[in-house]
Amino acid sequence: MASVAHEGHAHEHHGDHHHEETFVSKYIFSQDHKMIGKQFLITAVFMGIVAMILSILFRIQLAYPGESSDFLSFFLGEKWAPNGVLREDMYLGLVTIHGTIMVFFLLTGGLSGTFSNLLIPLQIGARDMASGFLNMLSYWFFFLSSVLMLVSLFVENGPAMAGWTIYPPLSALPQAVPGSGLGMTLWLFSMAIFIAGSLIGSLNYIVTVLNLRTTGMTMTRMPLTVWAFFVTAILGVLSFPVLLSAALLLIMDRLAGTSFYLSDIIVGGEMLANHGGSPILFQHLFWFLGHPEVYIVLLPALGLSSEIIATNARKPIFGYKAMIGSILAIGFLSFIVWGHHMFVTGMNPFLGSVFVFTTLLIAIPSAVKVFNYLTTLWKGSLIFTPAMLFAVGLVSTFITGGVTGIILADSALDISIHDTYFVVAHFHIVMGMSAVFGMFGGVYHWFPKMYGRMMNTRLGYAHFWITLVGAYGVFFPMHFVGLAGAPRRYYDYSVYNEFNSGSLEQIMNLNEIITIFAIIAALGQILFLFNFFYSIYRGPKAPQNPWNSNSLEWTTPVEHVHGNWPGELPTVHRWPYDYSKPGSDTDFIPQNVPLKDGEEEH
Amino acid sequence: MENKLIILLVIILGAIAIAQLVRVYELSSKMRKTGEHEVSSRDNNLNAKLLLGFVISLFASFVYLMVEYGWTGRGVAASTQGQEIDWLLNLNLVIVIAVFFLTNFLLFFFAYKYVKRPGVPAFYYPHNNKLEMLWTVVPACVLAVIIILGLKSWNNLTGESPEDAIRVELFSKQFDWTARYAGKDNILGKYDYKLTTDNNELALMTTNTIDSSIRLMIEGPNGIKNIQKVLNKRDTVLSDSVTGVLKTDLSRKERLLRLLVQMKNNHSKGVDNYAWDDIIQKDTLVLCKGKDYEFNFRSKDVIHSAYFMHFRAQINTVPGMTTRTKFKPIYTTEEMREKMNDSKFNYILMCNKICGGAHYKMKMIVVVKNEVDYKSWMASKAKETFKDKYFPAVAPMAAAAPMADTTKTISK
Repeated sequence: MASVAHEGHAHEHHGDHHHEETFVSKYIFSQDHKMIGKQFLITAVFMGIVAMILSILFRIQLAYPGESSDFLSFFLGEKWAPNGVLREDMYLGLVTIHGTIMVFFLLTGGLSGTFSNLLIPLQIGARDMASGFLNMLSYWFFFLSSVLMLVSLFVENGPAMAGWTIYPPLSALPQAVPGSGLGMTLWLFSMAIFIAGSLIGSLNYIVTVLNLRTTGMTMTRMPLTVWAFFVTAILGVLSFPVLLSAALLLIMDRLAGTSFYLSDIIVGGEMLANHGGSPILFQHLFWFLGHPEVYIVLLPALGLSSEIIATNARKPIFGYKAMIGSILAIGFLSFIVWGHHMFVTGMNPFLGSVFVFTTLLIAIPSAVKVFNYLTTLWKGSLIFTPAMLFAVGLVSTFITGGVTGIILADSALDISIHDTYFVVAHFHIVMGMSAVFGMFGGVYHWFPKMYGRMMNTRLGYAHFWITLVGAYGVFFPMHFVGLAGAPRRYYDYSVYNEFNSGSLEQIMNLNEIITIFAIIAALGQILFLFNFFYSIYRGPKAPQNPWNSNSLEWTTPVEHVHGNWPGELPTVHRWPYDYSKPGSDTDFIPQNVPLKDGEEEH
Repeated sequence: MENKLIILLVIILGAIAIAQLVRVYELSSKMRKTGEHEVSSRDNNLNAKLLLGFVISLFASFVYLMVEYGWTGRGVAASTQGQEIDWLLNLNLVIVIAVFFLTNFLLFFFAYKYVKRPGVPAFYYPHNNKLEMLWTVVPACVLAVIIILGLKSWNNLTGESPEDAIRVELFSKQFDWTARYAGKDNILGKYDYKLTTDNNELALMTTNTIDSSIRLMIEGPNGIKNIQKVLNKRDTVLSDSVTGVLKTDLSRKERLLRLLVQMKNNHSKGVDNYAWDDIIQKDTLVLCKGKDYEFNFRSKDVIHSAYFMHFRAQINTVPGMTTRTKFKPIYTTEEMREKMNDSKFNYILMCNKICGGAHYKMKMIVVVKNEVDYKSWMASKAKETFKDKYFPAVAPMAAAAPMADTTKTISK
C-alpha cells in the first residue's frame, strides 16, 4: 500500500544509520515505535481519502438527487450508479463505510495510533514501547482490518448498509438489505481484527506510560499529550472488548442461528423462528463502546492541541492540573452516558433520565478545558504556525459542536431532533472536525520529528483556511436542515413534496450549499497531501527544536536513531510548560534543564 | 467516450495543478530567508486578522441562517407535548447560542489581540484556583437548571397516558405503516407474529386466526406436508444444497407449528373480541383534535422509528417488543395549513431509523380532524372492523366474555 511504497524511498535517506537492519525489519515489520507511528499515519491517511471520496459521492446525490453524474458513474460503475444515478442501497453502503472508516480507521487508528506511538516514548524519555513486537502486531492487525474493510466495498452485494452503528436486525438479515450479506460479514471480521489490534496497542501504551518514564518524569510532569493518550488507552481497553462481544454475538446470530438480537421477525416473506432476543441489547453493547469511542477520538486531539497551543502561545497551559483532572473526569463519565444514544429506542424512561444527568455532567469538565484554553491564549505571544491555527480551529469546533450536545443530551429535546441532521451536524463538528483538526495540527507540529524535514508553511496556511471554511460551511448549515426535521440517512427528500414543499425547498437549498462546501473542502486536502508527501522527500531539513518547545522529543537527534537518544536518557527536572518564565533569558526552558538556584517549580 | 475525455482532462489538469504547486512550494521556500519553522510577523499578523474576520463571518452567517431558515421548516408544534418541548428547546437554544457567541468570540479575539508583538513577552500565568473554580461552578449551576427542567418535561412526556386516551397501534414494516384503531372497546386485540397470514397481516390473535395459521403451516402451499412430500419423493434426486435448504425450512416450520399449537392451547376465546372490533387503516392515520392519544408501536422486520415531526414525537419500533408514545393534537390539518401558509401541507409520520433501501420513502400521511368530522369518519369505518373485512363468515360477535374465561384453556 501507500505506506510500503513510500517507506521504500525513505530508505535512501535514513538507511545508512542502521547497517544491521534489513529493509524488511526496518520498514515493513518494524518494531521501532517511530516507524510504526508513521505506518499508522500513512495507512490512516489513505483510509481517510477513501472515506472522504465516499462522502463526496453521497453528497452529490443529496444535493442533486436523480441527476446523472459522470463522477458517480466513474467511481461506482453501471452496477451501483446506473446511468450515473446512485442506487439507493449503495447510498446506504457509502454512508455506512464512510462512517466506519472515519470513526475507527482514521480517527481511532490514525490519530491515537500515530501519535501515541510516536510521542509516548519520546515525551516520557523511553527508548521504545514496552513491547516492540506487540506494537508491530497492533499495526499489522490494523492494516489487515483496513484491507478487509476496503475489500468489502467490492463484493457483489455491496458493503455493509446498516449504518456505521450496524443495528440488528437490519445488519443480521441479508433479506432486509443486500449489504447485510457478505459485506456485513467482512465488516464484522474487519472490526474484530481492528479491536484486537487496538487492544494490544492500548495495553502497550498503558504499560509504557506507567513503567518506562525516565528519571524525574513524574506523572504530574508529563505533557498533556501523554496524559490524553494514557487515558485514551484505558478507555480503549475497557470499552473495545464490549464491542467485540457485541460483534461476536451478531456474527453468531448471522452464522450460527442464535437469537441474541432477533425476536419475532418476518422478513422477505419468511417467518423466522428466532424468539427472545433483543435488538436493544445490541444497542447497549454497541454504545457502551460507542460513547467512550467519542472520547477515544477526541482526547488525543485535545492533548495534541494543548501542547501545540502552549508552545505557540509561549505560555504555560493554564491550569495544568485542572486539565489533567478534566481529562480523567471526561474519561470516567464517558462510561456512564451511553444511554443518551437510546432515549427513543423504547428503553425505560427512568433509565433515560439517569443518562440525561450523567451526560450533562460531562459539559463541566469540557467547559473547564475550553476556558483553560482561552486563558492560555490570553496575554500570550501567539505564533500562528499551521499547527497553531488548527489547534485554535479545534477549540472553536469543540465549542460549537459541544454546545449543541447540551440540547441532544436533554432527553425531552432529543425526542424531536433525534436522528435528524441536527445530530449529524453535532457529532461531525465536535468529534469529526475537532479530531481531524487535532490530527492535522499534530502532523504539522511533529512532522519534523517524524521525517526530519519541514512541511511548507504557506501551503499549510492555504490548507487550514480552506479546511476551516469548508468544514464549517458543510456542518454549520446542517443544524438547520435538522431543525427543519430532515431525517438522516435519507437517499432523497422528494417525499416532502407530498406534505410540505416549502420545507423541501429549504432542505434542498441548504443541501446544495453543503455539497459545494464539501467539494471545496475535499479539494483543499490535495494541498495537504501534496505538502505531506512532497516534504517527506524534498522538505528543508528540520532543525533540532523547530518550535522552541520544552518537551523531551525535541532533545532527540533529528536523524532517527534506534533507542531515541544516542547516549544516556535525559533526566527531567521540571514540567513541560515553562514558557516565558520570569527570570529566564529564553522564553522556553526544556524539561531536562535543571532548576536554577532558588528557582521554584511552577 | 465523452466521459473518458472529461476524466482524462481532469487528470491532465490535476497534473498541471500539482506541477504548479511544486513551483509555489519551491519558490516560497526560496523566498524565505529564514527556515520553515520561523513564522514571519507579516504572516503572523495576516493570520490573526483572518481569524478575527472568520469569527465575524461565522457569526454573520449564523444570524443569516437563523433568520432565513430558523426552524420554520417544521412549523409550530401541533401537540400539547410538542409545545412543551419547543418551549424548552427555545430556552436551551438561548443559553447555548449565548455560550457559542461568547466563547467563540473570546477565542478568536484573543487570537487576534495577542498575536506576537516584538518585545512583548507572554504573561507567565500557570493557574488561578479562583478562576478555575468560577468556570466549574457557573456551568454546573446552569446545567443544574437545564437538567431539572429537562427531566421535568421528560417525566411528563413519558408518563402514563390518561385513562380515556384513544389507543392506536402503528405497525411498521419495510417500507410502510399500518394503523390499527382499538375499536369500540378501546382495547387493542392481542397479537403474535406467528399468526401473520395474507388476510391477517397484523397477526391478530383470535381462535379463528390461530386455527387458520395452523392449517396453513401444515397444509399450505409451502406447508410442512408439501415440504415433506418433496423431500420424500422417490423418483427425483435432489442436490445436497436443495435438500439442506428444505430440511432447515422444515425444522423451522415444525418448531413454529409446535408453538402455534401451544398458543392454541393457551388461548382464551374471551379475548377474541378485543381483536375482532379493531379497525385497520392503511393509507392515512386519522386523528381527532383535542383528544389524548396513546400509540403502541410494533415492527414486523427490522427497527424503524416513528417520527411525527410536527407533533414533536418520536419512538423506535422494535421487532419483538412494543414501544409507546403519546400526544394530544391541538390543530386540525386545516388549521395547520393556515399556520404554515401552505394549502397542500399535511402532517406526516416518517421512518427515522435506517431500515433498508427504500427507507426514505417510508411514510404515512396524518390527518387531524375536528371532533364532528372525526366522528363521522369513524362511523363510516364502523363496518370495516377486522372481522367484517377479513373473517365475515365467522359467527357474529358474542357479548364480551366474563373475565373468568380468560384463564380457561381450550383443548382441541
